[in-house]
Amino acid sequence: MTYLLQQSLNALQLGSIYALIALGYTMVYGILTMINFAHGDLFMVGAFFCFIAATTLKLPFIPTLLFSMIGVGMLGVVIERAAYKPLRQAPRVSAIITALGVGIFLESIVLVLYPYPQSVPVLLPNVTWEIGGVVISSIKIIIILLTFALLLLLDFIVRRTMVGMAMRAISWDKSIVPLMGVPLNFVISFTFFIGTSLGAAAGVMYSQAFPVIDPYMGVLIGWKAFISAVVGGIGNIRGAMIGGFILGIVEIMVVAFLPSTYRDFVAFTLLLILLIFRPYGILGKPRPQKV
Amino acid sequence: MPLLQAKNVTHYFGGLCAVSDFNLDLEKGELVGVIGPNGAGKTTVFNLITGVYKATEGEILFDGTPLVGMRPNRITSLGIARTFQNIRLWQELSVLDNVRIANYTQLKYGTFSSFFHSGNFAREEDRTIQEAMDLLAVFKLEDYADETSKNLPYGLQRRLEIARAMATHPKLLLLDEPAAGMNPNEIGLLMEFIQWIRKQFDLTIILIEHQMRLVMGICERLKVLDFGATIAEGLPVEIQNNPQVLEAYLGEGVEV
Amino acid sequence: MAASTQNPKRLQGLRNLWESLMQKRWLLPVLLGVGFVLSFAIPQFNLVNPYIQLIMMYVGINIILTTSLNLINGYMGEFSVGHAGFMSVGAYIAALLSTRVLPVEWIGWFFPFTVLIAGLGTALVGLVVAIPSFKTRGDYLAIVTLAFLMIVKSVIENIEAIGGPRGIPGIYRLTNLPWTFFWTLVAVWVIRNFIYSNFGRGVLSIREDEIASDLMSVNTRTVKLQAFVLSSFFAGVAGALFAHVLQFISPRVFDIVKSTDMLIMVYLGGIGSIAGSIVGATVYTVLLEVLRPLQVWRFVLMPLVLVLLMIYRPRGIMGLREFRWFIPSRDLFARKNWHANREKKEVSDATPAS
Repeated sequence: MTYLLQQSLNALQLGSIYALIALGYTMVYGILTMINFAHGDLFMVGAFFCFIAATTLKLPFIPTLLFSMIGVGMLGVVIERAAYKPLRQAPRVSAIITALGVGIFLESIVLVLYPYPQSVPVLLPNVTWEIGGVVISSIKIIIILLTFALLLLLDFIVRRTMVGMAMRAISWDKSIVPLMGVPLNFVISFTFFIGTSLGAAAGVMYSQAFPVIDPYMGVLIGWKAFISAVVGGIGNIRGAMIGGFILGIVEIMVVAFLPSTYRDFVAFTLLLILLIFRPYGILGKPRPQKV
Repeated sequence: MPLLQAKNVTHYFGGLCAVSDFNLDLEKGELVGVIGPNGAGKTTVFNLITGVYKATEGEILFDGTPLVGMRPNRITSLGIARTFQNIRLWQELSVLDNVRIANYTQLKYGTFSSFFHSGNFAREEDRTIQEAMDLLAVFKLEDYADETSKNLPYGLQRRLEIARAMATHPKLLLLDEPAAGMNPNEIGLLMEFIQWIRKQFDLTIILIEHQMRLVMGICERLKVLDFGATIAEGLPVEIQNNPQVLEAYLGEGVEV
Repeated sequence: MAASTQNPKRLQGLRNLWESLMQKRWLLPVLLGVGFVLSFAIPQFNLVNPYIQLIMMYVGINIILTTSLNLINGYMGEFSVGHAGFMSVGAYIAALLSTRVLPVEWIGWFFPFTVLIAGLGTALVGLVVAIPSFKTRGDYLAIVTLAFLMIVKSVIENIEAIGGPRGIPGIYRLTNLPWTFFWTLVAVWVIRNFIYSNFGRGVLSIREDEIASDLMSVNTRTVKLQAFVLSSFFAGVAGALFAHVLQFISPRVFDIVKSTDMLIMVYLGGIGSIAGSIVGATVYTVLLEVLRPLQVWRFVLMPLVLVLLMIYRPRGIMGLREFRWFIPSRDLFARKNWHANREKKEVSDATPAS
């Protein structure tokens, strides 16, 4: 029982991180119907920004988090303007391939700068309590709480602000919105900024929970977050959160009770089964086709 | 026996009733029109007949064969073809390919032959190209055979859609707003054209249309739908003066 | 003044040369014959150094992978991310046959059958993956293929009997230039045949408008099955060849990065064009080899080139255009032939019987 509770805590932590990354995917997808496959690598860059902030700049946690989020957010905007904007009218796949290219580019640049895995200083206070046999670490609690805070903030932005309304409008019809006086480019860049900064936040938290980072850490996590977003219903913010948590929970629970090599197998099989029963994701709605 | 029979066909989208209690007895050779304001459920009726949707309630029989629940490609191969309100040509493919592909069930070679171009592949391919080109010639489109279909002018695209539907060798042809976007001159030509293919190919036709000149001009009888229900049926001349029909189109309290 | 008028003339001259060359369709089998002979001569007489021969084999294998993936992603318009999964199934079947099942004296002459069996085994798996494609499309199908890839990798990692995470070492180098050339030729030929058949055209119609296809009597389920089976068969063949040239395989080799490589090759070359797949595979493989001295910087340069290419030629190097010699003459000259036939008929109808 205590083992179960212990693992539940780990599951919530991992789920939070997946949820944050999945959110970034889903936001960009919702607006541009584009799968930004560079997102996982931006997560990795976020972790490296955290590393730089903590070691070279010797900043404490909150400034590190902000440094990483804003830095990667701006990087996201630059990438959007340089690589994705020219392809807005092109077939969707071209943009996806470009995203793959951007991802590889980021991995390789970081690899050139840091050929070896790096150890990230843990900036969060590491206090542990024991309640009824369950070891609770402050790092895990902070990560989980911080994630929820960011999710609430995002929900607020999307549903209660003008920019958020513009984002939702664009996701329905991109061509009409500029005609209504909405600055299309600004809103798209803003969306990228928010989405990638959330990915960076996830990177920072991941590096605090698992303090060794390398340039390829974003690859598998990126694809897993993509699956989470789709399972939750791609384009749907709440769905992305749910999808991320489901994946995190499944992964940890599988490792907790089965041989660890089964982890990916069970996780993906379950996701596959879920998609068979709900082909458009948990909260997704099929875009109705008029015949 | 009627060629097509629809009995108490009702269809719901979730909680919304799109078509309620639709009935039809269509004899071979007839030309029937289905009219009504936008959103009345006319295209939904076509979709139900052709298998795009599975009718929530009711029966549809074609030559005695029940259609509800059958896959669309099987329904088409039984002899029902259609055109679409918004043209659904295979845009990046050539005009010839658009017609050839509709001939799918007529090609008599299997998977293995398709991998190696062996067996009667050559003979069958030559035959279908011949038939497809002949069909295009009937529709005066043979010079456009190699053209990418999306490049055709609008009117020719509509014609191509009909040609493509004919390539499936149908007994029953469903035309969904064939006159959309046409000027009065073109509509006149279309009227002659529909009468001509009806005779030439021994077709039974159901027509959805908003252009009253076309409807009154060639339809033998009409069914009028509004909000999914059939509010009137009968001869065009009767329907023209039916107060309920006028109300459906023009709204209440209009004096005509 | 003279220079600017010379250039268009030179361009026109080149165009005319190209046109007259394209008319000579009989050249294609001739060139292929020459290629086949060369594939024997090169290793026999070491006409090029063994390193380049190795590159040529990898190019061949990548052509098979790219063309087979293009069937699903280009011609059918899906976004399959799991092609490396099919490749791994074929690689493992072939490797197991060569290292565990067959007696050592056999593996040499049995090699073509090993490859064939690997392809067939993979085709069976392809059948299973095809089924979700009946109901789902687009990004959701992409997830299914991704899940498939991860599941295959995971399953292999968990079966100790076939090497688990450590893989299978010590596979004999049975892939050589003639066999690579042969299988590349077969793959391109069969896939091209399929495309220019009733079913292949059905695949294209599904890409354009699947609902219309159904309603125009195309049996979309049959066609999707055929496409997946054909695609996965050749992915398995490529995997088998790959295992016997790399001489070592493990689950890590066939991960998402490998799938990404294949995706890049397909879209780089141009979807909806077999020539495009050949070009994409060749350019990508050769470019990466040529840039090898740059070491890790080649993965900085290559994606930049890729992104620039996508911005300026979003449909790939060859786009949707097919190489004229690949198009069967009955399709290419359909209209001309029909007109000619009609004229002939009119003449014979007009001529009184004697």
